[in-house]
Amino acid sequence: MRVRVDWRVSVSLVGTILKWLWVPLTGPLVLAVVDGSALAPFALTMAATVVAGVALESLADERDLRGREAFLMVSLTWLAIAVVGAVPFVLAGEGTLASPTNALFEATSGITTTGATVVVDFETHSRAIHLWRAVLQWLGGLGILVLATAVLSQLGVGGAHLMETETQTRDVNKLTPRISETARLLYRLYIGLTAVMVAVLLALHWLGVAPEMTPFDAVSHAFTAVSTSGFSPRGESLAAFSPAVQWATVPFMALGATSFVLMYFVLQGDLSRLRESDEFRFYVALLAFFAATVAGVLALDGTFATTEATVRHAVFQVVSILTTTGYASADFNLWSPAAKHVLFVSMFVGGMAGSTTCSIKALRWLVVLKAFRRDLFTAAHPSVVRPVRLSGSVVDEDTIRDIYAYTLVSLVFFILATVFVVVDASRVGLAVTEFEAMSAAAATFFNVGPAFGIAGPLASYEPFPRSTKLAMVFLMWIGRIEIVPVLVLLTPSYWRT
Amino acid sequence: MRIVVVGAGEVGSNIAASLSADHDVVVVERDPATVEELTYSMDILALEGDGASRETLREAGVEEADLLVASTDQDETNLVVCGTAKTLGDPLTIARVRNVELLDTWQASQGAFDVDVMVSTDLLTAQDIVRVIGVPGALDVDPFASGLVQVAEFQVPAESDVAGRTVADADRFESLTFAAVVHDGEVAIPRGDTVLEGGDKVVVIGTPAGVQEFSRTVAPGQALDEADDFVVVGGSAIGAHVARLLADRGVQPRLVERDPERARELAEALPGALVMEHDATDVDFLVAEGLDRADALVAATDSDEKNLLVSLLARNVGVKRTVAVVENGEYAHLFETVGVDVAVNPRRSTAEEIVRFTQEGRVENLSLIEGREAEVVEFEVDADSALTGRPIRESIGDLPDGVVVGAITRDHEFVVPRGETEIHAGDHVVLFVAADALEDVMTLA
Repeated sequence: MRVRVDWRVSVSLVGTILKWLWVPLTGPLVLAVVDGSALAPFALTMAATVVAGVALESLADERDLRGREAFLMVSLTWLAIAVVGAVPFVLAGEGTLASPTNALFEATSGITTTGATVVVDFETHSRAIHLWRAVLQWLGGLGILVLATAVLSQLGVGGAHLMETETQTRDVNKLTPRISETARLLYRLYIGLTAVMVAVLLALHWLGVAPEMTPFDAVSHAFTAVSTSGFSPRGESLAAFSPAVQWATVPFMALGATSFVLMYFVLQGDLSRLRESDEFRFYVALLAFFAATVAGVLALDGTFATTEATVRHAVFQVVSILTTTGYASADFNLWSPAAKHVLFVSMFVGGMAGSTTCSIKALRWLVVLKAFRRDLFTAAHPSVVRPVRLSGSVVDEDTIRDIYAYTLVSLVFFILATVFVVVDASRVGLAVTEFEAMSAAAATFFNVGPAFGIAGPLASYEPFPRSTKLAMVFLMWIGRIEIVPVLVLLTPSYWRT
Repeated sequence: MRIVVVGAGEVGSNIAASLSADHDVVVVERDPATVEELTYSMDILALEGDGASRETLREAGVEEADLLVASTDQDETNLVVCGTAKTLGDPLTIARVRNVELLDTWQASQGAFDVDVMVSTDLLTAQDIVRVIGVPGALDVDPFASGLVQVAEFQVPAESDVAGRTVADADRFESLTFAAVVHDGEVAIPRGDTVLEGGDKVVVIGTPAGVQEFSRTVAPGQALDEADDFVVVGGSAIGAHVARLLADRGVQPRLVERDPERARELAEALPGALVMEHDATDVDFLVAEGLDRADALVAATDSDEKNLLVSLLARNVGVKRTVAVVENGEYAHLFETVGVDVAVNPRRSTAEEIVRFTQEGRVENLSLIEGREAEVVEFEVDADSALTGRPIRESIGDLPDGVVVGAITRDHEFVVPRGETEIHAGDHVVLFVAADALEDVMTLA
């Protein structure tokens, strides 16, 4: 069989991205110099990624990226960064991350903005390693290929293919005639949002309401909140900080999961977009509904002594899980089954399309709901032709079919993953309940992070067998790039003419 | 007046025909067969050629022409024809378009594309239809004086309360004037003792409320207030406009279209309408979907025959009122005879618009009665007018026979015209004028 896909082009472009990975590595390196901790893990990784990058880059001279090559490139890029991202963990050799499998799990969880960790003792790791975890998440947040399109001018038109492939939900909304300019606008907003959060956290510290919030913590958390990822350098996550910090974090997680294109227009002064966006209203309504439900359950259970604490933890936890961030403001593993199950359901929701969120996303659920309601109507009136409308414009039937299919495939993957987790755990004699397995599968596949029980918010994924961890690496990878680019590679027709 | 008509399709040749009696008409057409046919059937000059070429337009005498009507089948061609004509002379340019986007652009910036008047046949027809279904019993309703005045034509049913009565008896409406009675196709100006018979048509001029009130007397039991269930059959351009206009008024019309692709297209374009994909001649479908209980049904498919069939079927299953679009003007009367409540001819609406511009600029609105037996015209009276400064009773004597002062508006207020009413300079008057008296009236008044 002759391969018809120009894979050299894809691999060569992945090389270019790897080559530039030395830049984000300078952050942890500088911190290591300041702290006097080991430099080698970062310096060696920088050298390795540049060498590997240049070598791969030389595979092709003509690098015209077409739609088909984009699938391969997107899939490989995320995997390659996860592999390179794992190297410093292994080289540092600290704690549980010294094992290559754990390192790969941690790096994949980082770049895919999942936030599931295999770190057991947070104190054994240097601040530089913790910063690297946060930097990986920040890079993954808005999509590594959006960043590549913004920075690497040689991608040119190919950038449109890449951004479209990376976010399956919708055609790329070009804000400007040039795709690279659009990508830059989105990134400027992303950087701005991150900077504002750092400033807010530091301000709280100086005001004396956030004693624990050091500049290092502020940066680490801003990187992982705005990117809705969820790593924290603290073992207790956000529970280590004051209520003021927890309240301040909520809006940044929520904004991270709001469409950046929408935010861009609002910042331009076009407030009417908020009202006109069906998806935004649906997203806000979902947050409000889940938060109110959890608050009600917690109040009935009497989990917290004060109303403020009840509301704060309900709102924080719902925003954290629904936006797929995965911070914990309390050990929600100790909450009543009712509260935990509501949180579990919110894992399947996700924020708006075109944001840093993962999971199925509000947009898809809204289209599914609207299409289904339409189908119920036409069941009674078969001759009626009624298009599904979103924010006033028609959603074409092919898109609806794709969204139905995507939602179904996601749920099937989730079920298969659950079964795998249970089977694999029983193979090694690890006790995992069905709910724990379901939540672990959902938390990794939908890139949420913490699960319930064994892999709860203050626990770790470390106890799972190696095979399960590798399966979860696969789940996080395909979950983050929305399944399709990877599954396309598995079809024989992709490789033929 | 010298008039150049470019494009002798259905509308173009109809305009040429209606203007050829009083004006010098030159028609430019690309199809040689049509040119040949026009030359021998009408007293006009028909030229073969491309209306967008300077050479042809010069040959047609655009330099001296007062009016140019661009009515080819292509919108863009019509715009180019107007633009080309303006480079040669300064005729008043009228372009017929289908695309409402172009109309929007033109309305936003008058004079755009070098077009002085833009007319959309489909939209005009749709507006006619929507007005007619808003007034039960009416055959035609035209707005005058920015909507302060309506001119409406009604058919008096034999079972109606007014049938068999005299006009003086029937005219109990303060703000309404009986302008004409059409009996067996003869237009006559009614006097107090004229008896209205079943089957007669009456033309009334008055306030919209007055017209509405009159409609309740003529067609009792069809009160408009609760009429909100409208069905449009056929997703033609006219049908789509009707559905959109109704949707804009806040009622959700049902639009039935047989072709799946067109139905989908319409459903996407008309969020306010409920689009159904089905053949409207299927009686089972009409009944199953409750279309038989509709207040009014508009048949607007592309075929006259189909419109007739659909209207009659609808009438038969119980729809209260049917309106059919009829492209062939000669059938209009026939449609109404066999039981369609109102037959609307798209070309008439366009012709009214265009004839208005041949009336030397003074006429602001115009409506044609019974073909061109009579016209209702609106204009502003000046100080020199025979109407100004004295009671209507006196001034009417100086005007030819066949004139009725239907309505007066002063400073955007309706004034009831009675014998003793005095007309001031600056007032707008709506006159009913018999065709043969029109020229004299326009000079005197």
